[in-house]
Amino acid sequence: MTKTITLDHVSIRFGQYLAVDDAHLEIAGGEFFSFLGPSGCGKTTLLRCVSGFIQPTEGRVLIGGDDMKGVGPNKRPTALIFQNLALFPLMSVAENIAFPLEVRGISKAKRRKRAEELLELIALPGTADKKVTELSGGQRQRVAIARALAVEPDILLLDEPLSALDLKLRQHMRTELREIQKRVGLTFIYITHDQGEALTMSDRVAVMSKGVIEQVADPVTLYDRPKTSFVASFVGETNAIPVSVTARAGDRVSAEGAGGLSLHGVAAGGRQYKAGDACLVFVRPEQMRPARPGDNEIAAKVVGDEFEGNLRHLMLETSAGLRLRMSLVNDGSPPPIGPDGSILVGFPAENGLVLPDGPLAKG
Amino acid sequence: MSSSAAGRLGTIAFCLLFFGFLFGPLVIMVLTAFNSSPFPRVVPWDCFTTDWFGKLAGDAKLLTGLGNSLFIGAGVVLLATPIGLAAALALSEVGPRLRGALYTIFISPILMPGIVIGISTLMFWGRLGSGLGFGFDSVFFNGFFLTILGQVCFISAYSMLIFIARLQRFDHTLTEAALDMGATPAQAFRKILLPFLRPAIFSSAVLAFLASLENYNTTVFSIVAESTFTTELASKVRLGIDPSISAVAVVIIALTLFGAIVHEAWQRRAAALAQGGATAARILNNPVNAFIRHPATVAAILVAVIGGAIYLGSRHNSDVCVQSILDAKRAEQERLQQEMRERMQQQRQDAPTAPGGSAAPSTPFGGVFAPGGLGGGDAAPAPAPAAPPSAPSTPFGGVFTPDSLPKPVDAE
Repeated sequence: MTKTITLDHVSIRFGQYLAVDDAHLEIAGGEFFSFLGPSGCGKTTLLRCVSGFIQPTEGRVLIGGDDMKGVGPNKRPTALIFQNLALFPLMSVAENIAFPLEVRGISKAKRRKRAEELLELIALPGTADKKVTELSGGQRQRVAIARALAVEPDILLLDEPLSALDLKLRQHMRTELREIQKRVGLTFIYITHDQGEALTMSDRVAVMSKGVIEQVADPVTLYDRPKTSFVASFVGETNAIPVSVTARAGDRVSAEGAGGLSLHGVAAGGRQYKAGDACLVFVRPEQMRPARPGDNEIAAKVVGDEFEGNLRHLMLETSAGLRLRMSLVNDGSPPPIGPDGSILVGFPAENGLVLPDGPLAKG
Repeated sequence: MSSSAAGRLGTIAFCLLFFGFLFGPLVIMVLTAFNSSPFPRVVPWDCFTTDWFGKLAGDAKLLTGLGNSLFIGAGVVLLATPIGLAAALALSEVGPRLRGALYTIFISPILMPGIVIGISTLMFWGRLGSGLGFGFDSVFFNGFFLTILGQVCFISAYSMLIFIARLQRFDHTLTEAALDMGATPAQAFRKILLPFLRPAIFSSAVLAFLASLENYNTTVFSIVAESTFTTELASKVRLGIDPSISAVAVVIIALTLFGAIVHEAWQRRAAALAQGGATAARILNNPVNAFIRHPATVAAILVAVIGGAIYLGSRHNSDVCVQSILDAKRAEQERLQQEMRERMQQQRQDAPTAPGGSAAPSTPFGGVFAPGGLGGGDAAPAPAPAAPPSAPSTPFGGVFTPDSLPKPVDAE
C-alpha cells in the first residue's frame, strides 16, 4: 500500500533562521521523488520534518490525507535511511533487520524468518549472523534498506545514503535502489546533492536552494527547461551569458551582451521581457558547436583543452573576458581552431534559454 | 654512538628508579608480612613465618570493618552508578551554556576536601533528623546510611565522568533510527543506548566500589559509631603496628593481581576473537589452546595456586625458629648482663686504687653514668677477687666502659 504525501505550505524556522520557506507540493503514492540541492539548502530538514523528528513551524504535513501533527517518528508510516546508515553496531545483521519487529513484540522465530526473507530480497542471503562491521559499504547499505523495509512502511525516506560509497559502487547502487523501489512499490523520497543520482533514479525532482523549492519537474524537463537561473546552473553544466534584452517576438528574445555580442534565445516558461531587462542566456556546453549559418555567433580564443576520449572540452574566452565551455563529440576530425587559437562558435537560437538574472549555483 | 648508549643507559636507570619508587614500598611491605619480628621490618630477618596471616584472620574487629566496607561499597555502587549516568545523560541533552554550569555543579564534590563532605554529611542529616523529631537511633544517625550518602556525593561524579567519556562516542542517530523504526523512547534507551554503555557501567561500578572501599577522609566522620576497614586500620596504626598490617597488604595485592590477570586473559581472548580470521582460528581450533587461554581456566589455575599457598602457609610452623631466635636473644641478654656484672666488680676493685675523689670530677658527667655509681660506689666491699686492672675483661679492652676514663689521669 502506498500513500500520498502532502506538504501544505510548510515552513521551518530555527530561531531567526528560515530553513524551509513555504514548501508546497504533493508526492504521489509509489513515486520515486528526489529533493536536490546544495548542502544547507534545507532538504534534510524537510525530510526530518516528514519523518517526524522536526515539527513544521507553519503549515502541515499530511500522509495519506492524515495530518501528522503531534505524531511521533515511531508512529508514522515512514522509515528513514540515515546518511551514516545508523546500523546498530552491537547487533548482528539479522538482529538489525529484525529490530523494528522486536520493538513491536513479534516472536523471535517470526523475526528471524522475516529477516531472512528480507536478506533474500536485498540479495545478501547467508549473512544473517555476521556482524555489521564485517560487511562492506555496499552490503551495509543494503542491510539499512532491508531494516527500513522490515517496518513495512508506506514511505521510505533516504537521506543521501550513497554519499559514503565510492563512485563505482554508487553508480551500481543507483540502479539497485531503483530496482528495489520498483519491486516493493513504495514511495521513495530521496535526498541528494548529487544531480546525477537525482536525474537517473527519480520520477520527479524538486530542486531546492536556501530553503526555497525552485522547481519541481521530471528530470528531462528539469534539464531542458529549467525555470530559474539557479536550477539551470545547478542541474548539469551550462554557460551563463549576461545580456540585456533588446527586442521580443513571441517567446523569441533578442539581446546583446558585452563585446558586441548579439544573441537570440527562447524565453523559458513563456516569461515576458521588455527591452533593457537584465537577463542570462544559458546554453549547455554540448549544444555549442562550430558556428553554422543562422547560429548565434561568438568569436573566442581557446584557452584550455581537455581531452576525455569520447568528448573534448574546450575552454573559451571572448575579447570581453567572458568564459565559456564547449563539449565536442570526438568524431575523428579536429575542431576548427585557427593558428592563433581563435575559433568561431555558435548555437541555435532554440538552445539559448533566456532567464531573468538571479543567483547561480556555485562551482 | 656513545651519546646514544649513554642516553639508553639513562633511560634504563630512570625506569629502574621509577619502578623502584612505585613498587619498592610494596615489595618491602610484602616481605615484612613474612618476617616473625613483632615490628614490620625486613632486616634483620628473624624467621619466615605465616603467623601474621593467622593473627589477621583472628582479628574480629578488622573483619567486621571489612564486612561493613563491602556492604557500604555495594550500596555506593548501586546509588552512584545510576546517579552518574543520569547526570551524564542530562549533560549530553542540554544546551552548551547550561551544560557548563551543570558540569561545574556536578563536579564540585570531587574538588571539595573529603573531610568537609564527611562533616557536612553528618551535620546536614543530623540536623534534618533532629529537626524532624527523630532520635539518635533513627536512620539519620546511622553510620551506614550517612557513609553511603556521603561517599555517593563525590563518587557519583567519578561515575559521571566515565559515562560522559563513553557518551561522547555515541552516535545519536542510532537512537533516532530506533525511534524511526517504531521503538518507544524507553525501548530505544534499553535496547540501543544501554548496551552501548555496558562497558562504562562496568568500569563505573568497579571504580565506585574501589573508591568507596579505600575512602577514609569522609568515612571517618560519617561512620559515627560503626567502623569500616579503613577506619579500623587507621585506629590500629595509631595504637602501634605489627606485621598483620603487612599481611593485609599482601592479601589486597594478591586479590588485585588475581583480578588483573583474569581480566587480561579475558581481554586478550575477546580481542583475538573480535579480530577474527587466523588469530581466532588458532585459539578455537586447537582444543588445548582454547582451554588454556580461557579466562575461567586462568582463574581456576590462580585459585589453585593461591589455595596451595594458603594450605602450605597454614602448615608452616615457625615456632622452632622463633624459639631459637628467642633463646639466642635471651642468651645475648644474659651475656650482656654478665658482662655488666663483671664490669661492676672491676670498677669496685678499681675504685680504692684511685686517688680519693680526684678522679670523679675528671668525667664530664661527674661519674653519674658510671655503672659503678649505681652500686653505691666506693663504700661497697668487693665481693670477688679482683682481676688485675690492666687485664682487659671485655673484647674491647674496656675502652668503652666509663671506668676506663679516669685511668689516663692515673697514668699522668
